[in-house]
Amino acid sequence: MIAFEYVEPESLGEALALLEQHGEDAKVLAGGTGLVNLMKQRLVQPAYLIGLRQIARVPELAEIRSNGDLTIGALCSHRAIETSALIQQRLPLLATTFQYVASVRIRTAATIGGSLAHADPNQDPPPALLALDARIRVQSRQGAREIELSDFFVDYYETALEPEELITTIIIPPQPTGVGTAFLKFLPQTHDDYATIAVAARISLDGDTIAQARIALGAAAATPLRARAVETALHGQPLTPQVIRDAAALVTEEIDPLADFRGSVEYKRDMAAVFTQRAIEQAVTQAQEARGNG
Amino acid sequence: MKSIRLRVNGQAVERDIPDNTLLIDLLRNGLDLTGTKEGCSVGVCGACTLLLDGQPVSSCLTLAVTADGCEVTTIEGLAEGDRLHPLQKAFIDYGGFQCGICTPGQIMSAKALLDENPHPSKDEIQSWMMGNLCRCTGYYKIIESIQAVADGKVAR
Repeated sequence: MIAFEYVEPESLGEALALLEQHGEDAKVLAGGTGLVNLMKQRLVQPAYLIGLRQIARVPELAEIRSNGDLTIGALCSHRAIETSALIQQRLPLLATTFQYVASVRIRTAATIGGSLAHADPNQDPPPALLALDARIRVQSRQGAREIELSDFFVDYYETALEPEELITTIIIPPQPTGVGTAFLKFLPQTHDDYATIAVAARISLDGDTIAQARIALGAAAATPLRARAVETALHGQPLTPQVIRDAAALVTEEIDPLADFRGSVEYKRDMAAVFTQRAIEQAVTQAQEARGNG
Repeated sequence: MKSIRLRVNGQAVERDIPDNTLLIDLLRNGLDLTGTKEGCSVGVCGACTLLLDGQPVSSCLTLAVTADGCEVTTIEGLAEGDRLHPLQKAFIDYGGFQCGICTPGQIMSAKALLDENPHPSKDEIQSWMMGNLCRCTGYYKIIESIQAVADGKVAR
């Protein structure tokens, strides 16, 4: 293991001051399941490690709240999110998606803020959060700002986060009425593995017309991404199998997958089209059922 | 260096350790508690699972400084003298281990499950234990061992 100095701020203000002081020489430690692995492999070598556990109960970092927007504190664990009654009721897509991540043991430690800052393109939550139009609130000593999640992921393990900034809260706006959602993880290996391809969809219907679509993918490029050509091809279109099939086929040109032991580039492109179509169909079915029950 | 104080299996421990010490190394090398095993070293295999304030964690990914002030429970902390914990007894009675390298992690994960949910279904056991790999048993015996404790078939 590399050498570093571990520091543990006792307030959010102190954490931000340390980040401002040490900048790129520092890394923030939340659950550690991503960062400690990178440090053990010497891929990341911070001189200072800023541990957040003393401020893990600061409300804006720790709580899941519903007040119009649904807000999730950055230090909420994956396990806290999947088991939150509020999230199961308001955003069942998120509860389901977080259950797919690794194992209970990892979900107990790993936090939502940590996983977003880690920005591994193979993670499960980012596509679901993209489909839900999530934003990220970040803070530094200079102030706070909000970043659309679709603008947050810059490149492979790179985000729009500045070295002196800390993610404090994930914000999910009110969802459209008559909406259906789906998250599909194509997983040919073990259950706790990353996906070959993962697709999240959110569809809202207006009668027999697709009013709005959000399609997002993981494990499909250097970053999680929105499939905007697919979304555009669905907007305002009549709800027919042909429309869905033709729109889903466009995803192959929007993604730029990396070949690994979970599949070749060609295979991932083909599977992206298959699973995009299935995710759209599943979200449409859910939207229709919601309407039937409403 | 950092000074840390924690409780390990109920015993107070104070140590001065380098900042980069992993919890598994503190236990195995610093405290001679070698029951906790290191397998993959990347948080996947579950061999190094222990309880930190009652929650299951990978001790290979946990910095020892972040256990300061915490309660650590390892496989050595389960038996009371010669009386085995029901999970330990069940793993023997129901053949839940063969070579034994994964067993401490399996049992600590199972303990975390039963502490949270004393009567899990088979599906819940399988889903929870998915993060603990075994290369010998084929898992059926492990699931049966945990199920036996959950069903009250194993007395202390």
